[in-house]
Amino acid sequence: MKARVHVMLKNGVLDPQGEAVRHALGSLGFDGVNGVRQGKVVELDLTESDAAKAEAQVNDMCEKLLANTVIESYRVEMI
Amino acid sequence: MKAAVVVFPGSNCDRDMAVALKAAGADVTMVWHKDADLPDGTDFVAIPGGFSFGDYLRCGAIAAKSPICKAVINHANRGGYLLGVCNGFQILTETGLLPGVLMRNAGLKYICKYIGLEVVTSNSDFTHGYNAGDILSIPIAHHDGNYVADDTIVAQLKDQDRVAFSYTDNPNGSVSDIAGILSENRRVLGMMPHPERAADDGHGGTDGKAMFRAIVDAVVTA
Repeated sequence: MKARVHVMLKNGVLDPQGEAVRHALGSLGFDGVNGVRQGKVVELDLTESDAAKAEAQVNDMCEKLLANTVIESYRVEMI
Repeated sequence: MKAAVVVFPGSNCDRDMAVALKAAGADVTMVWHKDADLPDGTDFVAIPGGFSFGDYLRCGAIAAKSPICKAVINHANRGGYLLGVCNGFQILTETGLLPGVLMRNAGLKYICKYIGLEVVTSNSDFTHGYNAGDILSIPIAHHDGNYVADDTIVAQLKDQDRVAFSYTDNPNGSVSDIAGILSENRRVLGMMPHPERAADDGHGGTDGKAMFRAIVDAVVTA
Protein backbone atom coordinates (compact mmCIF):
# COMPACT_ATOMS: atom_id res chain seq x y z
CA MET A 1 0.00 0.00 0.00
CA LYS A 2 1.35 3.40 -0.89
CA ALA A 3 0.32 6.79 0.35
CA ARG A 4 1.07 10.31 -0.69
CA VAL A 5 0.91 13.10 1.87
CA HIS A 6 0.54 16.72 0.80
CA VAL A 7 1.65 19.23 3.43
CA MET A 8 0.76 22.88 2.87
CA LEU A 9 0.94 26.01 4.96
CA LYS A 10 -2.50 26.88 6.30
CA ASN A 11 -4.37 29.75 4.75
CA GLY A 12 -3.37 33.02 6.34
CA VAL A 13 0.16 31.85 7.20
CA LEU A 14 2.58 34.00 5.23
CA ASP A 15 4.77 31.88 2.96
CA PRO A 16 8.01 33.82 2.34
CA GLN A 17 9.34 31.13 -0.02
CA GLY A 18 6.17 31.14 -2.09
CA GLU A 19 6.41 34.93 -2.29
CA ALA A 20 10.00 34.71 -3.51
CA VAL A 21 8.95 32.23 -6.20
CA ARG A 22 6.13 34.57 -7.25
CA HIS A 23 8.60 37.45 -7.64
CA ALA A 24 10.96 35.25 -9.64
CA LEU A 25 8.15 34.19 -11.95
CA GLY A 26 7.23 37.84 -12.46
CA SER A 27 10.80 38.72 -13.38
CA LEU A 28 10.78 35.90 -15.96
CA GLY A 29 7.85 37.57 -17.61
CA PHE A 30 5.11 35.32 -16.23
CA ASP A 31 2.59 38.03 -15.47
CA GLY A 32 -0.68 37.30 -13.82
CA VAL A 33 0.53 35.05 -11.01
CA ASN A 34 -1.47 36.36 -8.09
CA GLY A 35 -0.02 34.06 -5.50
CA VAL A 36 2.30 31.10 -4.96
CA ARG A 37 2.09 28.68 -2.06
CA GLN A 38 4.85 26.15 -1.65
CA GLY A 39 4.37 22.83 0.14
CA LYS A 40 5.80 19.34 0.46
CA VAL A 41 4.85 15.95 -0.88
CA VAL A 42 5.84 12.87 1.12
CA GLU A 43 5.44 9.42 -0.42
CA LEU A 44 5.18 6.43 1.89
CA ASP A 45 5.53 2.75 1.06
CA LEU A 46 3.61 0.82 3.72
CA THR A 47 3.45 -2.85 4.71
CA GLU A 48 -0.20 -2.51 5.75
CA SER A 49 -2.48 -3.86 3.01
CA ASP A 50 -5.83 -2.72 4.44
CA ALA A 51 -6.54 0.70 2.96
CA ALA A 52 -8.58 2.02 5.89
CA LYS A 53 -6.00 0.92 8.46
CA ALA A 54 -3.16 2.30 6.35
CA GLU A 55 -4.91 5.64 6.00
CA ALA A 56 -5.48 5.82 9.75
CA GLN A 57 -1.79 5.12 10.32
CA VAL A 58 -0.75 7.83 7.88
CA ASN A 59 -3.07 10.35 9.53
CA ASP A 60 -1.43 9.54 12.84
CA MET A 61 2.02 10.02 11.23
CA CYS A 62 0.94 13.43 9.96
CA GLU A 63 -0.30 14.52 13.39
CA LYS A 64 2.85 13.30 15.14
CA LEU A 65 5.62 14.18 12.70
CA LEU A 66 4.96 14.91 9.04
CA ALA A 67 3.05 18.16 9.57
CA ASN A 68 3.28 20.84 12.22
CA THR A 69 -0.42 21.50 12.63
CA VAL A 70 0.25 24.89 14.20
CA ILE A 71 0.96 26.25 10.73
CA GLU A 72 0.47 23.37 8.30
CA SER A 73 -2.46 21.37 6.98
CA TYR A 74 -2.13 17.97 5.35
CA ARG A 75 -4.03 15.79 2.93
CA VAL A 76 -3.55 12.03 2.64
CA GLU A 77 -3.99 10.28 -0.67
CA MET A 78 -3.90 6.46 -0.82
CA ILE A 79 -2.41 5.24 -4.10
CA MET B 1 23.97 22.91 39.79
CA LYS B 2 23.88 19.80 37.62
CA ALA B 3 23.39 20.75 34.00
CA ALA B 4 22.95 18.50 30.97
CA VAL B 5 23.61 19.63 27.40
CA VAL B 6 21.81 17.52 24.78
CA VAL B 7 23.78 16.61 21.66
CA PHE B 8 22.03 15.67 18.41
CA PRO B 9 23.68 14.76 15.12
CA GLY B 10 24.18 18.22 13.64
CA SER B 11 24.31 20.17 16.91
CA ASN B 12 27.14 22.68 16.68
CA CYS B 13 26.76 24.95 19.70
CA ASP B 14 26.83 22.17 22.29
CA ARG B 15 30.40 22.79 23.41
CA ASP B 16 29.97 26.57 23.51
CA MET B 17 26.93 26.00 25.71
CA ALA B 18 28.88 23.67 28.01
CA VAL B 19 31.75 26.18 28.28
CA ALA B 20 29.37 29.01 29.18
CA LEU B 21 27.62 26.88 31.82
CA LYS B 22 30.90 25.66 33.32
CA ALA B 23 32.22 29.21 33.48
CA ALA B 24 29.11 30.14 35.46
CA GLY B 25 29.83 27.34 37.93
CA ALA B 26 27.63 24.50 36.64
CA ASP B 27 28.61 20.86 36.64
CA VAL B 28 27.97 19.91 33.00
CA THR B 29 27.30 16.51 31.40
CA MET B 30 26.84 16.01 27.66
CA VAL B 31 23.87 13.78 26.84
CA TRP B 32 23.47 11.93 23.53
CA HIS B 33 20.13 12.05 21.68
CA LYS B 34 19.73 8.25 21.86
CA ASP B 35 19.94 8.22 25.66
CA ALA B 36 16.55 7.58 27.18
CA ASP B 37 17.30 9.26 30.51
CA LEU B 38 18.93 12.38 31.83
CA PRO B 39 21.69 11.90 34.43
CA ASP B 40 20.28 11.51 37.97
CA GLY B 41 19.77 14.81 39.73
CA THR B 42 19.81 16.97 36.60
CA ASP B 43 18.59 20.46 37.55
CA PHE B 44 18.94 22.15 34.21
CA VAL B 45 18.85 21.00 30.60
CA ALA B 46 20.14 22.99 27.63
CA ILE B 47 19.20 22.21 24.05
CA PRO B 48 21.92 23.85 21.96
CA GLY B 49 21.91 25.41 18.53
CA GLY B 50 22.91 23.76 15.30
CA PHE B 51 21.20 21.84 12.54
CA SER B 52 19.90 18.71 14.26
CA PHE B 53 19.19 15.97 11.73
CA GLY B 54 20.15 18.36 8.94
CA ASP B 55 16.99 20.42 9.47
CA TYR B 56 15.23 17.68 7.48
CA LEU B 57 11.42 17.82 7.30
CA ARG B 58 11.21 20.95 9.50
CA CYS B 59 13.84 22.51 11.76
CA GLY B 60 13.81 20.58 15.03
CA ALA B 61 11.00 18.21 14.04
CA ILE B 62 12.99 14.99 14.10
CA ALA B 63 15.04 15.93 17.17
CA ALA B 64 11.80 16.64 19.04
CA LYS B 65 10.83 12.95 18.62
CA SER B 66 14.19 11.52 19.72
CA PRO B 67 14.44 9.31 22.85
CA ILE B 68 16.17 11.99 24.96
CA CYS B 69 13.38 14.47 24.23
CA LYS B 70 10.87 12.29 26.09
CA ALA B 71 13.11 12.59 29.14
CA VAL B 72 13.49 16.33 28.54
CA ILE B 73 9.71 16.78 28.32
CA ASN B 74 9.28 14.85 31.60
CA HIS B 75 11.99 17.03 33.18
CA ALA B 76 10.13 20.18 32.10
CA ASN B 77 6.77 18.81 33.22
CA ARG B 78 8.27 18.11 36.66
CA GLY B 79 9.21 21.79 36.86
CA GLY B 80 12.83 21.38 35.80
CA TYR B 81 14.75 24.23 34.17
CA LEU B 82 15.15 24.04 30.41
CA LEU B 83 16.81 26.36 27.91
CA GLY B 84 16.61 26.03 24.12
CA VAL B 85 18.78 28.30 22.00
CA CYS B 86 18.31 28.72 18.25
CA ASN B 87 17.77 25.16 16.94
CA GLY B 88 17.03 24.36 20.60
CA PHE B 89 14.16 26.87 20.52
CA GLN B 90 12.87 25.30 17.30
CA ILE B 91 13.00 21.88 18.98
CA LEU B 92 11.10 23.15 22.03
CA THR B 93 8.29 24.50 19.85
CA GLU B 94 8.16 21.19 17.99
CA THR B 95 7.81 19.30 21.28
CA GLY B 96 4.91 21.61 22.22
CA LEU B 97 6.65 22.74 25.42
CA LEU B 98 6.59 26.27 24.02
CA PRO B 99 3.84 27.64 21.77
CA GLY B 100 4.22 28.88 18.20
CA VAL B 101 6.71 27.96 15.53
CA LEU B 102 9.88 29.33 13.92
CA MET B 103 9.49 29.85 10.18
CA ARG B 104 11.88 30.86 7.41
CA ASN B 105 13.24 34.41 7.89
CA ALA B 106 11.04 36.95 6.16
CA GLY B 107 13.99 38.05 4.00
CA LEU B 108 14.75 34.38 3.15
CA LYS B 109 18.41 34.86 4.02
CA TYR B 110 20.52 33.21 6.70
CA ILE B 111 21.53 36.00 9.07
CA CYS B 112 24.65 35.90 11.23
CA LYS B 113 25.36 39.11 13.15
CA TYR B 114 25.14 40.89 16.48
CA ILE B 115 21.68 42.30 17.12
CA GLY B 116 20.14 44.53 19.78
CA LEU B 117 18.17 42.42 22.21
CA GLU B 118 15.80 44.03 24.68
CA VAL B 119 15.15 42.31 27.99
CA VAL B 120 11.36 42.46 28.21
CA THR B 121 11.01 40.89 31.63
CA SER B 122 13.44 40.28 34.46
CA ASN B 123 10.83 38.10 36.16
CA SER B 124 12.39 34.70 35.50
CA ASP B 125 15.33 32.74 36.81
CA PHE B 126 16.96 33.20 33.41
CA THR B 127 16.62 36.97 33.20
CA HIS B 128 16.73 38.21 36.79
CA GLY B 129 20.34 39.29 36.31
CA TYR B 130 19.12 41.97 33.92
CA ASN B 131 16.69 44.85 34.24
CA ALA B 132 13.63 45.03 32.04
CA GLY B 133 14.46 47.46 29.25
CA ASP B 134 18.18 46.59 29.16
CA ILE B 135 19.48 46.38 25.60
CA LEU B 136 21.99 43.57 25.12
CA SER B 137 24.28 42.89 22.21
CA ILE B 138 23.96 39.17 21.38
CA PRO B 139 24.64 37.36 18.09
CA ILE B 140 22.02 35.60 16.01
CA ALA B 141 22.83 32.95 13.41
CA HIS B 142 19.76 31.46 11.79
CA HIS B 143 17.74 30.92 8.65
CA ASP B 144 14.49 30.03 10.40
CA GLY B 145 13.99 32.43 13.26
CA ASN B 146 10.76 34.07 12.22
CA TYR B 147 8.55 33.49 15.27
CA VAL B 148 4.94 32.87 14.27
CA ALA B 149 1.98 32.34 16.58
CA ASP B 150 -1.67 33.29 16.30
CA ASP B 151 -3.02 36.48 17.87
CA THR B 152 -4.47 34.65 20.86
CA ILE B 153 -1.13 33.09 21.77
CA VAL B 154 0.77 36.34 21.27
CA ALA B 155 -1.75 38.18 23.47
CA GLN B 156 -1.44 35.47 26.10
CA LEU B 157 2.38 35.63 26.04
CA LYS B 158 2.22 39.39 26.57
CA ASP B 159 -0.51 39.29 29.24
CA GLN B 160 1.38 36.68 31.21
CA ASP B 161 4.68 38.57 30.85
CA ARG B 162 6.19 35.61 29.05
CA VAL B 163 8.04 37.45 26.29
CA ALA B 164 11.58 37.30 27.69
CA PHE B 165 13.42 39.07 24.88
CA SER B 166 12.54 41.12 21.83
CA TYR B 167 14.57 42.48 18.92
CA THR B 168 15.24 46.21 18.85
CA ASP B 169 15.44 46.02 15.05
CA ASN B 170 13.49 42.96 13.87
CA PRO B 171 15.86 40.97 11.61
CA ASN B 172 13.61 38.06 10.63
CA GLY B 173 9.95 39.08 10.61
CA SER B 174 9.06 37.65 14.02
CA VAL B 175 5.61 38.63 15.22
CA SER B 176 5.80 41.49 17.78
CA ASP B 177 9.63 41.41 17.46
CA ILE B 178 9.66 38.33 19.71
CA ALA B 179 13.13 36.82 20.18
CA GLY B 180 12.56 34.61 23.22
CA ILE B 181 9.64 33.29 25.25
CA LEU B 182 9.02 31.61 28.60
CA SER B 183 6.75 28.73 29.54
CA GLU B 184 3.80 29.29 31.84
CA ASN B 185 5.83 28.23 34.91
CA ARG B 186 8.69 30.50 33.67
CA ARG B 187 11.21 27.65 33.87
CA VAL B 188 11.47 26.91 30.16
CA LEU B 189 13.05 29.55 27.93
CA GLY B 190 13.39 29.36 24.17
CA MET B 191 15.32 32.07 22.30
CA MET B 192 16.85 32.50 18.86
CA PRO B 193 19.88 34.68 19.82
CA HIS B 194 22.96 32.93 21.22
CA PRO B 195 23.87 34.08 24.74
CA GLU B 196 26.57 31.37 24.89
CA ARG B 197 28.36 33.16 22.05
CA ALA B 198 28.55 36.34 24.12
CA ALA B 199 29.81 34.90 27.39
CA ASP B 200 33.59 35.33 27.25
CA ASP B 201 35.89 38.29 26.56
CA GLY B 202 37.28 36.33 23.63
CA HIS B 203 33.85 36.38 22.00
CA GLY B 204 33.89 40.12 21.62
CA GLY B 205 31.03 40.59 24.06
CA THR B 206 29.86 39.26 27.41
CA ASP B 207 26.23 40.38 27.57
CA GLY B 208 25.04 36.76 27.69
CA LYS B 209 27.07 35.92 30.78
CA ALA B 210 24.52 37.22 33.27
CA MET B 211 21.95 34.72 32.03
CA PHE B 212 24.10 31.70 32.85
CA ARG B 213 25.11 33.18 36.20
CA ALA B 214 21.46 33.88 37.02
CA ILE B 215 20.32 30.35 36.30
CA VAL B 216 23.18 28.78 38.27
CA ASP B 217 22.45 31.11 41.23
CA ALA B 218 18.74 30.27 41.08
CA VAL B 219 19.33 26.55 41.30
CA VAL B 220 22.09 26.73 43.90
CA THR B 221 20.00 28.86 46.25
CA ALA B 222 16.75 26.92 45.60
